[in-house]
Amino acid sequence: MRRAAAALLLCLAAGAAQAHKPSDSYLALAVDGAAVRGQWDIALRDLEYAVGLDADGDGAITWGELRAKRTVVEAYAFSRLSVVADGNACALKPADFLVDEHSDGSYAVLRFGADCGARPAASIEIGYSLLFDLDPTHRGLVRFERDGAAQTGVLAPERPRLAFRAGEASRLAQFFDYLREGIWHIWIGFDHILFIVSLLLPSVLILRNRAWQAAERFRDAFWDVFKVVTSFTVAHSVTLSLAALAVVSLPSRLVESTIALSVLLAALNNLMPVVSERRWAVAFAFGLIHGFGFASVLTDLGLPQGALLLALVGFNLGVETGQLAIVCAFLPVAYALRGTWLYARLVLGGGSALIALLAALWLAERAFDLKLL
Amino acid sequence: MTPRIAELALAVASAALLAAARPAWPAPRIPDSDQVVLERLAFRPADPRQRELRELRAALARSPRDLERAIALARAHFDLAQAEGDPRHVGYAEAALRDFPPAAGASSELLVVRAQLAQYLHDFARALELLGRALALEPDDPEALAWSAAVRMVQADYAGAGRDCERLARVASELLGAGCRAHVAAATGALRAAYARLRDALAAYPGARPTLKLWVDTLLADMAQRLDDPRAADAHYRAALALGEPDQYLLAAYAEFLIDERRPAEAAALLRGWERSDTLLLQIARAAKALGSADTPRLARILQARYAATARRGVRLHAQDEARFRLEFHGDAAGALEIATQNWAEQREAADARILLEAALAADAPQAATPVLEWLAATGFEDARLARLAADLRARRR
Repeated sequence: MRRAAAALLLCLAAGAAQAHKPSDSYLALAVDGAAVRGQWDIALRDLEYAVGLDADGDGAITWGELRAKRTVVEAYAFSRLSVVADGNACALKPADFLVDEHSDGSYAVLRFGADCGARPAASIEIGYSLLFDLDPTHRGLVRFERDGAAQTGVLAPERPRLAFRAGEASRLAQFFDYLREGIWHIWIGFDHILFIVSLLLPSVLILRNRAWQAAERFRDAFWDVFKVVTSFTVAHSVTLSLAALAVVSLPSRLVESTIALSVLLAALNNLMPVVSERRWAVAFAFGLIHGFGFASVLTDLGLPQGALLLALVGFNLGVETGQLAIVCAFLPVAYALRGTWLYARLVLGGGSALIALLAALWLAERAFDLKLL
Repeated sequence: MTPRIAELALAVASAALLAAARPAWPAPRIPDSDQVVLERLAFRPADPRQRELRELRAALARSPRDLERAIALARAHFDLAQAEGDPRHVGYAEAALRDFPPAAGASSELLVVRAQLAQYLHDFARALELLGRALALEPDDPEALAWSAAVRMVQADYAGAGRDCERLARVASELLGAGCRAHVAAATGALRAAYARLRDALAAYPGARPTLKLWVDTLLADMAQRLDDPRAADAHYRAALALGEPDQYLLAAYAEFLIDERRPAEAAALLRGWERSDTLLLQIARAAKALGSADTPRLARILQARYAATARRGVRLHAQDEARFRLEFHGDAAGALEIATQNWAEQREAADARILLEAALAADAPQAATPVLEWLAATGFEDARLARLAADLRARRR
């Protein structure tokens, strides 16, 4: 009977029933390149119910009481939040612990960093279960910021995950990121440059009677360069893709040693020619190994699961672009100088000898794990 | 000034006030000292109600399959939601019942409690469905009948509510049955007679329990207001308050009445300390505005922020209030009208009708008020204020 009266009373008040704002938390994630930072505002009243804050039981929560429970609060909250970047869980690292007022009361402010690897992710997924077990009407209100653009979402017990994908614009930015990385890598990757240079040095020459002579036509020199570069590119693209997609993998020490060996052999071939017309075949064969070397760089950068192909193509195109720049700088100069003593002796002879020496040292270092340079 | 220019001036003035205002609260910070109080809880942990809740929770934790204990805990939380207006308690109640399958058809009580929670969250269709199932199991359950009548009243299903009240009158106390019948009769063209009968019934049962008397007094106050008898309404409200039962609806209704009666100082005094409640905060802000208080912009900012925060959840929980806020604090008649129109599709009580009519008048869009005017004509719903507003609107239409 008492219930029935209460019922009518309440329903008379149906319009006013929900007099308070329901329980919400405010979760903001900001993605800036590969860095992911977060701020999570959780109502003190919710934390009081979940973990108990009012230590002295006086019905008031002081900063001292909240501060004393900081680790408990952080452990409670962060065990109910996951941030997943391209399929890999990010480590959440609590930072500042503050308080703020929202329109309906005081909130604990938990700032944190999310360690999602060194590469910007194509997609970030939030998994959320705060308070859902205690209060199914609780909601997590998410604000996701990336490249100056904000998206919002609501997390609920029936929808505890939200994925934010990079927009088309940022996909393009991501593509260029990988492209840049590819170019950068070929520029700082002296072993790759020296290998290709070693193979290209004789391109403006022709081997006659076991001695190098100047090529007569630019077209011949160009086609020789073209064959070498293309073979190298095709070969390393194949293995780069296979390795990046984890189809094939080789021990890195073997890969790095073989790359050094390839440089050594290419340089020695200029001093004591064994192969001349078919240097493109050498470029192809060793290009396969160089591809594994590129792949290890790409793996270190972290591959976005949502945009694997994009990253792969971007990185590879970057490598080719860097390579092409070297060739474009090399070919006209080498062709102009091809008939001089300077080129035949100093550049081809001396240069190849220097490269061979350097490559031999690398080989020793890498094969035997020494530190010589 | 024509009304249009007055509206414009009001809009500009309030926009300037709101824009010039600083944020209502500071940025995230580290408080100056450990002694700074961040939050006051509704109850001290030593409060008997809190202790009761803790004991019920512990009991349920010991035997999580015990439906009786789960229902007891859910009911305790629901009672608190009613008194305090904090919907968190509805969530806690839902959590207590979660592990019991939806098809636990053997317990009509579980169905009734779930229906209460559903209507609280304004899911009226689900509430009625659950109550229907409960009544199929126990046709004479007074609680299920009372709830069913109440939900139907909100939806303006007076015939359905009347049938529930007849059944309730056979199994419940006379005063409860009389109240239920009067509630329906007052909405269907018999307001004066219903008021007199209910007043007499209350006088006949001076020993009725306080929650029942609170409801009857609040109902009588509402009827007296509709009969354009503010003195009687005031007396009923005071009688209800004197019972000492905390109740959100009563406080909001009396404050609104006081503001209507140009007694904003009394409204402000009545609601002191209730800023946490969104519904009551609106009335606090309205009273402050009527008093010309310097605190008005701050209160308006907080309200604005709460509506915005609620909107981020993807729902509008206070449509009626928000429409009034837009109308009175932003001078945004068109925005108010839009919300009031949406609200009318869900809820059809006098207050829902009133805000729609007022917004339609302010927006000079009498056509938009048609659904309410038709409802008034079809039901014979009597309300002096609504009748005046409707007359104004009909005059504008011509």
